[in-house]
Amino acid sequence: MSEILVVEIWRGAEDGHFQSFDVPRLENQTVLDVVTYVQRKLDPGLSYRFSCRVGMCGSCAMTVNGTPRWTCRTHVSRVAEDGQLQIAPLRNLPVIKDLTVDMRNFFDKLAKAGGAFQSTKARTDNFAQIPPADPRRKQADAGIECIGCAVCYAACDVVTWKPTYLGPAALNRAWTLVNDARDGMGDKRLSLVAGDDGCIACHSQQGCQEHCPKNLSPTAAIAGLKRSVAVAALKGKL
Amino acid sequence: MSEVTQTRLWLAQRISAMVLAVAVAIHLTGIIIAIQGGLSAAEIIGRVGGSFTLAAFYGVFVLACAVHAPIGLRTVLAEMTDLKPVSVNGIAGAFAAVILLMGMQAVLGFYGLGGG
Ligand code: SF4
Ligand code: SF4
Ligand code: FES
Repeated sequence: MSEILVVEIWRGAEDGHFQSFDVPRLENQTVLDVVTYVQRKLDPGLSYRFSCRVGMCGSCAMTVNGTPRWTCRTHVSRVAEDGQLQIAPLRNLPVIKDLTVDMRNFFDKLAKAGGAFQSTKARTDNFAQIPPADPRRKQADAGIECIGCAVCYAACDVVTWKPTYLGPAALNRAWTLVNDARDGMGDKRLSLVAGDDGCIACHSQQGCQEHCPKNLSPTAAIAGLKRSVAVAALKGKL
Repeated sequence: MSEVTQTRLWLAQRISAMVLAVAVAIHLTGIIIAIQGGLSAAEIIGRVGGSFTLAAFYGVFVLACAVHAPIGLRTVLAEMTDLKPVSVNGIAGAFAAVILLMGMQAVLGFYGLGGG
């Protein structure tokens, strides 16, 4: 293990540049540790985001050596190439400064795709009883662990080509709710995810599931949405 | 264009793809079998000309092409160029018309030639 890591970090907004820093190499060091070292010891002006440091909050995603990753759970040993690390902001989102991007588009699209649970019961009603083996529940469970990190969104080429595309995370979220027996939005949600900006724009190239740190498969969720949307369209229910 | 129309176009493209898959298979098999008996223009007209079944089959083939290809072109143009949606839809529509006209002209032409 070399003692010093040469780290290139993006500085500025869209028209910025990479700045090089020397960071002492430590054992079990994560990419987030590296960025934090730079901010604490070398340049307090460096902007970046993190919160939980344990892979739960979804705020620390960056582009590491060209690949979108959650930095708090990415060990330097896994990604450094010849003691070199290049850290840039996430792709497909406007850069605010350094490593921080404007996530509004990403979160707005979650809402646009009907990502909010619509309850059919009041708090006085009894709990819904859904067997864990229920096929629909299994579909919902498969995508429920999303932490909203936007790694998939940064990995998706369709988002790059068509900035209005809802993207993998929003569609994955919609699919969990389509399969949630307690949710009351029904076909309305399918109309929200249909159309040129919705699930039918996905090319099924699986960049999203290749990069999702939670190993989810938005591609499979989107395929499910496509089937449901096709059936709804044939029945005239969109 | 409304989301419902966009979704119907997508659906039409999927359905026409299924039709095309079958039609291309029949077409290729047909060619391979037909070549055995020679490949002159007269031979082809002799077999294809005046046949209502073949005219109907190739009519469906052309129709499926005219539905399938322009919708795909529309998606490619929308993703890869800065053209406005009106222009994209216009180009795709014109492309559909060209395929339909040229294809149908060929089908009807052969049918009109009679049985050689
Ligand atoms: S599978 Fe679909 S959503 Fe996922 S990266 Fe590819 S185009 Fe984007
Ligand atoms: S689907 Fe995966 S990559 Fe996408 S936001 Fe959720 S956790 Fe992140
Ligand atoms: S800091 Fe919370 S997921 Fe990385």
